[in-house]
Amino acid sequence: MIATSAAANPFFMNLDQIFVLLRNWLVGFLPVALRPAAGVVLAVIAIVCVFPGLFALTTVFERKGLGRIQNRLGPNRVGPFGFFQPIADGIKSLTKEDIVPFSANAVVHFLAPLVLVVTVFMGFAVLPMGRNMVLVDMDSGLLFFFAMGAATELSVFMAGWSSRNKYSVLGAMRAVAQMISYEVVLLLSSVAVVMITGSLSLPRIVEAQNQYSGIFPHWYIFTPWGLAAFLMYAIAATAETNRSPFDLPEGESELVAGYHTEYSGFKFALFFLGEYLAMFSISGLGATLFLGGWSAPFSFLQFVPSWIWFFGKVMLSIFVFIWMRGTLPRLRQDQLMNFAWKFVLPFTLLNLLVTALWRFMGEGWQRWVVCTIILAAAYIVMGRLGMSGRHIGRRSYRYAE
Amino acid sequence: MNAMFYLLAAITLAGGLATVLLKHLVHSALAVTVAFAGLALMFLQLDAQFAGFAQILVYIGAVAILIVFAILLTRGADLPKHGVFSRTWPLGLVIAAGVFAVLGWAVISSAGAIPQQNASPSVTVHDIGIALVGRYVLPLEILALLLTAATIGAVIVAMHEKERPGS
Repeated sequence: MIATSAAANPFFMNLDQIFVLLRNWLVGFLPVALRPAAGVVLAVIAIVCVFPGLFALTTVFERKGLGRIQNRLGPNRVGPFGFFQPIADGIKSLTKEDIVPFSANAVVHFLAPLVLVVTVFMGFAVLPMGRNMVLVDMDSGLLFFFAMGAATELSVFMAGWSSRNKYSVLGAMRAVAQMISYEVVLLLSSVAVVMITGSLSLPRIVEAQNQYSGIFPHWYIFTPWGLAAFLMYAIAATAETNRSPFDLPEGESELVAGYHTEYSGFKFALFFLGEYLAMFSISGLGATLFLGGWSAPFSFLQFVPSWIWFFGKVMLSIFVFIWMRGTLPRLRQDQLMNFAWKFVLPFTLLNLLVTALWRFMGEGWQRWVVCTIILAAAYIVMGRLGMSGRHIGRRSYRYAE
Repeated sequence: MNAMFYLLAAITLAGGLATVLLKHLVHSALAVTVAFAGLALMFLQLDAQFAGFAQILVYIGAVAILIVFAILLTRGADLPKHGVFSRTWPLGLVIAAGVFAVLGWAVISSAGAIPQQNASPSVTVHDIGIALVGRYVLPLEILALLLTAATIGAVIVAMHEKERPGS
């Protein structure tokens, strides 16, 4: 390897492990019996602080980026370039009156945002955020992640139903139907990675990708099945987090704000936080499964600390989310369901077969050719079949020409 | 049997009791979710990670959602005026007691059939996978066939009925 000398430099090694060392140093002040528990508590505190901080930053970047895409300035009054906007928003949501509708189901209405935020935070427990930086190294970490993701659906339903508002219920039904449909795809596209790695443990999956041929890494996205699975995962992740173009559950023009219409003040802020945290965790999982997690994109960049790569990949995915939101129009409900069940799901199932083929064809160039041809042919045939009988002419403008 | 076990047992039982005693159907559905979660935690406490997470994924993520969807899509979540409890509840109690007795008898009598193990067996996901496609491959395939049939049945039920020429 080219970068061994740089990576073995003690300064860079310490920088790579700085958070682990910091935690060990802090825990060292305590009696030995308390150390393991204190280490876990410190890691939890770090997660609970870092990701909401990233959330605050992301809201500014999102509003600035959308402003840029829409040819306007975005927030620019609070602090330099509007960067203190999230602080102002936070103070506003904390001090706002908490309104609970008269006919609402008070207990369920109160519990819904808590269930959402707690289950979303649990997902971070198994994500490896750097070398040796994973809170719980579980044998079945991926399963844990999806189990927690499944529990968030219930909180969405609780919020919508307990508000006793037709917009809330409609939004919740849309959201749950959408999340169930795309969760199947999310799971099945991840299964491809599990089939190749032979493990459900996320650190193990990252280690399997942290190898290099020449200067190029063995990330799963650089294989035919991995690319297909990654694209399907990205589509499903966008739908799962209710982001544009799949943001029907919150379609402002039809549903006011969807399932959190009747929430105000800090409870609304919790929903907002929960949605962004879900974006972070699902991007983190995507980076872990397909983009090599904390491993460097080129072997000569291995001296850069691993956590920088992980958070860089997560922020890159967030940027793509924002970009898509500024670019794509919203789908219709029937288009959403047709797309999920008639294109994405069959393609993901086919990709599982291709992955098995890849696994058993052994090393060599043949498997690259065969798998690429099968996937490309399936993509073209299914796309043509899906679009047959539909005549899409030139787009006509009424006012903009 | 430690404090954790009794805590989880209390949560599970409370969830189960709330399910049958609460008057509102959606509340019952949410209470049964609590019972499911308690069971999942019980599995985790017994070091059965796979069973615990599968319980959360399948029961909370799918079954509970299916129940609330069924409630909302059928007769609405509003309370009926004449009360929700059936008048034949003593019969239900007898049936429940009978089922519980059979289950309890089966569990107690099976304790002697299994050799006593001192060390708790460590079952990884890998072992479960090997067992599923090795020794238990036939039951797995039969289940897969059953689920496929159920899926096709659901699609047929949901399909638009074609207009018959005569009617």
